[in-house]
Amino acid sequence: MSRVNELPNRERESSAMPDAFQSPVILRAEGITKAYPGTLALNNVSFSVHRGKVNALVGENGAGKSTLMKILAGVEQPGEGTIRMNDQEISLSSPVDAIRNGIGIIYQELDLCPNMSVVDNIFLARELTRSGTINSAEQRSRTVELLARLEHDIDPDDIVGDLRVGEQQIVAIAKALAQDVRILIMDEPTSSLSGSEVEVLFRVMDDLRRHDISIVYISHRLDEILAIGDHISVLRDGRNVADEQVANIDLTWIVETMIGKEQANLFVRSHQHTIGKPLLRVRDICLPRVGGGYLVDHVSFEVHEGEILGLFGLTGAGRSELLECLSGACPHATGTVDLSGVVLDSNQISDRIDAGIFLVPEDRQRDGLVAALSVKNNMVLSSLRSYLDRLGISLIPRKERSATEAMIKKLSVKVSDSRQLISSLSGGNQQKAIIAKGLLTNPKVLLLDEPTRGIDVGAKSEIFNITEQLAAQGYGVILVSSELKEVLGMADRILVMAKGKITNEFTRHEASEEALMTATGTQRI
Amino acid sequence: MRFGKLTGVPRTGSITKNDVLQFLMKGRAFVALILVFAVFTLLAPGFLSVANLIIISKHVAIIAILAIGMTFVILSGGIDLSVGSIVGLSAMIAGGLINEGIEFSRLGVIVYPSIWMVIAITLLAGTVMGLINGLTITRFNVYPFIATLGMLYVARGLAGLRNNGRTFANLVGRPELNNTGFEQLGAGTLLGIPYSIWIMALFAIVAYFVTMRLPFGRHVYALGGNRRASQLSGVRVARTETLVYMVSGFCSAMVGLIIASQLVAAHPATGVTDELTAIAAVVLGGTSLMGGRGGVAGTIIGAFVIGTLVDGLVVMGFSSFLQNIIKGLVIVAAVIIDQAQIRMQERIALQSQEARAARA
Repeated sequence: MSRVNELPNRERESSAMPDAFQSPVILRAEGITKAYPGTLALNNVSFSVHRGKVNALVGENGAGKSTLMKILAGVEQPGEGTIRMNDQEISLSSPVDAIRNGIGIIYQELDLCPNMSVVDNIFLARELTRSGTINSAEQRSRTVELLARLEHDIDPDDIVGDLRVGEQQIVAIAKALAQDVRILIMDEPTSSLSGSEVEVLFRVMDDLRRHDISIVYISHRLDEILAIGDHISVLRDGRNVADEQVANIDLTWIVETMIGKEQANLFVRSHQHTIGKPLLRVRDICLPRVGGGYLVDHVSFEVHEGEILGLFGLTGAGRSELLECLSGACPHATGTVDLSGVVLDSNQISDRIDAGIFLVPEDRQRDGLVAALSVKNNMVLSSLRSYLDRLGISLIPRKERSATEAMIKKLSVKVSDSRQLISSLSGGNQQKAIIAKGLLTNPKVLLLDEPTRGIDVGAKSEIFNITEQLAAQGYGVILVSSELKEVLGMADRILVMAKGKITNEFTRHEASEEALMTATGTQRI
Repeated sequence: MRFGKLTGVPRTGSITKNDVLQFLMKGRAFVALILVFAVFTLLAPGFLSVANLIIISKHVAIIAILAIGMTFVILSGGIDLSVGSIVGLSAMIAGGLINEGIEFSRLGVIVYPSIWMVIAITLLAGTVMGLINGLTITRFNVYPFIATLGMLYVARGLAGLRNNGRTFANLVGRPELNNTGFEQLGAGTLLGIPYSIWIMALFAIVAYFVTMRLPFGRHVYALGGNRRASQLSGVRVARTETLVYMVSGFCSAMVGLIIASQLVAAHPATGVTDELTAIAAVVLGGTSLMGGRGGVAGTIIGAFVIGTLVDGLVVMGFSSFLQNIIKGLVIVAAVIIDQAQIRMQERIALQSQEARAARA
């Protein structure tokens, strides 16, 4: 954690502050610190919510935005710090406390019950009752009103699990509006909305703002912030690095402040390597979607020895699904996969690993590691057969240990003892341990799905160094990333995916931010 | 000082109150065992005699063998409610083979297998019951609770059906049929110690070795810790899960054989509610019902705690009603301590992390 504290606080002091506090502050969080096992999510962060304004909060993945919002919503409690509402200190020890104080939140991961109807979700735990029984008629008419305000004609009796994700998002917004909120926190509300739905949402936000409701708005789409925001706060690595009025800034300012000037050139390859002969040939990979269509739609491409192939696209473009097809995680996938001249006929994960394809999954906690096991036992999990005795029965602890130690050294995993639980490591070191697990299987092709998600900047550059070295050693690497700078800086060749198809291919020299974004079929950042 | 390393907290040299408390909590099953022994030794004269210890161990062996199989299942994140019924069915299969043999009606002959064959067939039958559990769970996506609940009824029903609810009595075999000696399994001794205790020791050692040293054992832990991650790591999830229930079925059949031999009779109601005693021993031994955490060593201690507790209470003349109350309280208390220990471990880890951040 020491590295974080060394970061200069200069940007914050130098930013123009005098007119930043024109409008009164309704809520002020001060000196908030929050630690999780392995990471310091928030480090002495202060954040103000201006009354009747849209307060944008930006930062890279893992900068601490969601943690800060969970604290304001009473879901998490800070280790240190105070929260004041209208200059009165308040305690938010549960979501009920937050609701009582008029703070509503729309979560990034939708907090809806998929098994219940739209109406029941909107009034969950706040049911309208008449003499002790639920007043369904009243709930229903209020729901119709709310949905009309959001300009949507979702049937109030539809089961939420049957709705499209964008529609579910609308229900979540309606649910927050159904409470009498003074402060509404929106955590990436537009990530699953279409362009016209976003316009409606912005109109609703404008309406709320005029009714003196304060909005905290988190988004990765920076142009949206310039369009709707009044104030902006930037978090980086758990610290609050800048507060500004949106009128005074532009897109470049946001990007530089978010990434840090010294980090802007992080993803630049340090040495060139030679690209060898074709290693992996993929033909006509298809993954049908439940309810028609394809998640992966007739995809064909090649990966060469020593090549880093970037796979760019927006969330839901089918990139992760494509990697899962290659790794054998999708039994229903069709098409042929040919690895150094051998067609892989088995569609099972263990056989694909034996053949030399290993996937480092996107969601580290859910799919990547076994939290209850030690660093060592996680690392050797995929390659246990290599540590057996001569009879092939019993594991030899000495072999396991020496393999683990060698990997810890090679990837410089920061761990005091390999018997330590993997959950006690920081995100970046957990990711290195998972890559080590892959390397111990002696793969030929590594599939890295968003390998830097939610890890700090220093660890990001280490992960990229490792990726580069692996390519230099002749491994084929497929790198999926949603961050333009990562893909542009790292990949030898870039495939862009949209709606399950490869829409374009760029060499390292042809690729530019504009070209990639155009190929995804959207103009928004 | 292994426990310090396992929590990932850097050791500072001096032993603090937290360390002592952590140590006691981690070894709580062992502490409970010592306590139980101490109390009964003080209150019940003759409790610590060799003869009494052997009797206790014989009872413990039954619980422990079942609990070893159950440990595999629970570590993998499942549950096996059918073990008591498989004990009963196995006893009836063994009893039937000895007293009635295998009738080949078309040939008009009855074959009486030797005792070794009886044991082998019975163990195989128990393993097949486990295989059916495993396949139901993995092939048809039935929750382990439901699949094994079904087997609880089916196996118990089959046990009753085997001899229309009657007992196979006097399982001594006949010299002219060459199938005598079944009672030796329950009554025989080696170096003055009954066979059942040796079997428990053998099962415990093998199970410990399998969980600690075999890839299969590692897969069981990984499966219970994170099923999806294990699958993506190349673990053959369905195969591992099926094997786990086969291990449990095998252990249950072994217990069925031991009980039938000790009684020299097979009764269809043998082993009723034994599954719950086995689960209790596993949980008392520190294995988490969520899977992925715990182990065989703890289970053996857990089995000793429960066995000793029951026998001690009987020796002291407690009513069976009171025995049940005490058993129940001990089990719930064990899990409460388990939860407290996890919370404490997390708190200590966070504290040291915040302290490190503050120092930096």
